[in-house]
Amino acid sequence: MSGRRLWSVVRKEVAQLRRDRRTLATMLTLPVVQLILYGYLNNEVLHQPTAVWDPVPSAESRALVAALENTRYFAVRYRVRNLRELERLLDSAHARVGVVVPPDYGQRVRSGRPATILVVVDASDATSARVVLQVAQGLGVRLSQDLQVRSLARRGQRPPPQPVEVRTRAWYNPDLRTQVFIVPGVLGAVMQFVTTFLTLGTIVRERELGTFEQLVATPLRPVELMLGKLLPLVGLAYLNLTFILLVAWGWFGVAAKGSLLLLYVLTFAFFFSSLGLGTLISTVSRTFVQAAQLAQLILLPSILLSGFLFPRESLPPALQYVGLAIPLTYYVTVVRGIFIKGVGLEVLWPQVLALLALGIVVFGAAIVRFQKKLD
Amino acid sequence: MSVPFAVRAVELTRRFGDVVAVDHVTFEIPRGEVWGFLGPNGAGKSTTVRMLCGILDPTEGRAEVLGLDVRRDREAIKQRIGYMSQRFGLWPDLTVRENLEFYAGAYGLPAAEARRQVEAWLGRSGLAERAHERVAALPAGFRQWLALGCAVLHRPAVLFLDEPTAGVDPLSRRRFWELIHRLAEEGTTVLVTTHAMDEAAHCDRLAFLYGGRIIAQGGPEEIRRAGADHTVVEIQTDRPAETLRAVEGHPAVRDAGLHGAAVHLILHDPGAAESIVGFLRQQGIPVHGVAAVLPSLEDVFVHLVEALEEGA
Repeated sequence: MSGRRLWSVVRKEVAQLRRDRRTLATMLTLPVVQLILYGYLNNEVLHQPTAVWDPVPSAESRALVAALENTRYFAVRYRVRNLRELERLLDSAHARVGVVVPPDYGQRVRSGRPATILVVVDASDATSARVVLQVAQGLGVRLSQDLQVRSLARRGQRPPPQPVEVRTRAWYNPDLRTQVFIVPGVLGAVMQFVTTFLTLGTIVRERELGTFEQLVATPLRPVELMLGKLLPLVGLAYLNLTFILLVAWGWFGVAAKGSLLLLYVLTFAFFFSSLGLGTLISTVSRTFVQAAQLAQLILLPSILLSGFLFPRESLPPALQYVGLAIPLTYYVTVVRGIFIKGVGLEVLWPQVLALLALGIVVFGAAIVRFQKKLD
Repeated sequence: MSVPFAVRAVELTRRFGDVVAVDHVTFEIPRGEVWGFLGPNGAGKSTTVRMLCGILDPTEGRAEVLGLDVRRDREAIKQRIGYMSQRFGLWPDLTVRENLEFYAGAYGLPAAEARRQVEAWLGRSGLAERAHERVAALPAGFRQWLALGCAVLHRPAVLFLDEPTAGVDPLSRRRFWELIHRLAEEGTTVLVTTHAMDEAAHCDRLAFLYGGRIIAQGGPEEIRRAGADHTVVEIQTDRPAETLRAVEGHPAVRDAGLHGAAVHLILHDPGAAESIVGFLRQQGIPVHGVAAVLPSLEDVFVHLVEALEEGA
């Protein structure tokens, strides 16, 4: 490898990058916009529109509805007067939850007799329906306990101790803030997007411009050409990372618990594999449009299979394996590890090794596929 | 190296699927000569040049550049040759100087030498005042100078120029050829492709390509004399178009064509010239002069192609 030849490519690429204002502007604004949009992604199912049929309102039934609302999962929007109305609201998706309070609810509670409440959930979206059902059931248990304690107290008795008590602790994210989890994931996804986008054109644009033929007629080696094209992009991608970190901190108040220096160092392993993947795409494509289409094949699985949105463990095994070929899968773990848990290389080394191995494979393939010939 | 030939091709062939782009061509280019590859578009000129530059694999046959095999030693060849492709290979968003500097570096010139060569070319080509202009804004003539500069900064022993004068005005074209000859005098072997017959006169030797085959090769005079076995008669008249129409289908005329303001007739029999003049005068066409001439390169080319097609 010749330093002179490599340097000449680096200089040319930097000059072209600096003049390509549109790409630069896109590269610096788009990640921020994406981070802000995705940052508000939320898998919580709060404030479900709820319709209540309470034919004989009483102090007790009002207390029940208030308790429902206090969970924040239910937002009572409708008071209905019959079952038909309730059905219509659920059918039209105006309401997702229907609560039916029996007419004798107040009476039964006051006299200490068991009362039944019906909670109907629109379970089209099974995941959120499951959460809502659990919350409703939990509320029922708690209300029963409260009533028991109160009636015992009225008779001057102490409640018996609970046979089993479960104490819970939310580690790493004690406030259960969704963004603490989502933002580092989005950071990884945005970096995957940026690196792919930046490398797509590297080779194929020279092909389209007609300069490819002249380039392959020079003594430049494929590795010199590719490294020369990628080094400036690595710089740009780091600039991007810094930008995103600032937004994550300034806008969302999410800062890394672990070492930022480590994040920067390990990100290089990610760049190695993701830039290599983009270069491979650019090398095998005949036109830029073709490269962009191929990139979709990388970006879509990146979002769905990497674990950045959905837990990988819930994917079928075949898809989990596909996910192993995607750099983002490992990078998301790295970013979350450093951001949320503050762990270091002693935990993250398998991910780093995987990223490096992946990088060697895709880079090797790109260099082998890059023929200094026309065909 | 003491290889007598700068370029040597033996039965060189390239197929693209069923299409034979270059069909068993054989030629030798001595060092320091300016060689012209002439032929219409699609004759196989560019394909031949690409194979010689080591960027396209031959399907059959072999070729050597400076004694190096185009298949085995392609990278060694690339270091020693200059190539100016039809599409020039310039980046429109870079300046003139940046394009030159890139190629100087790509050929591995040390920084000081690169600087010297870039400055030298800027001076030699008249691009010095435009050194900081982007190529996108550069007129075609200057682009061509720049592209040539990018190909010669590293002082290649052999220079391949693929249609370098296409789309360039006549004045720049002449200056361009002057420079090619100066490079040749400095010892560079030059292979130029063109489809303009009038440029053939600038070459030491020529090869006519047609349908992927070399149908004639030699010095310009040599080729014209070889074509003289059939008779060409030049007729001076002020009604050339009418003349052409009149002789069409005349049994003694094999072919006819315009040559400047005159009409060139290729005859089956040299003795028929006078009877044709008589025939033309009968038709009311004034004939101001008749002379047997050496066929022009174009005459020879057209004649060869027609002979080939009749034979096919």
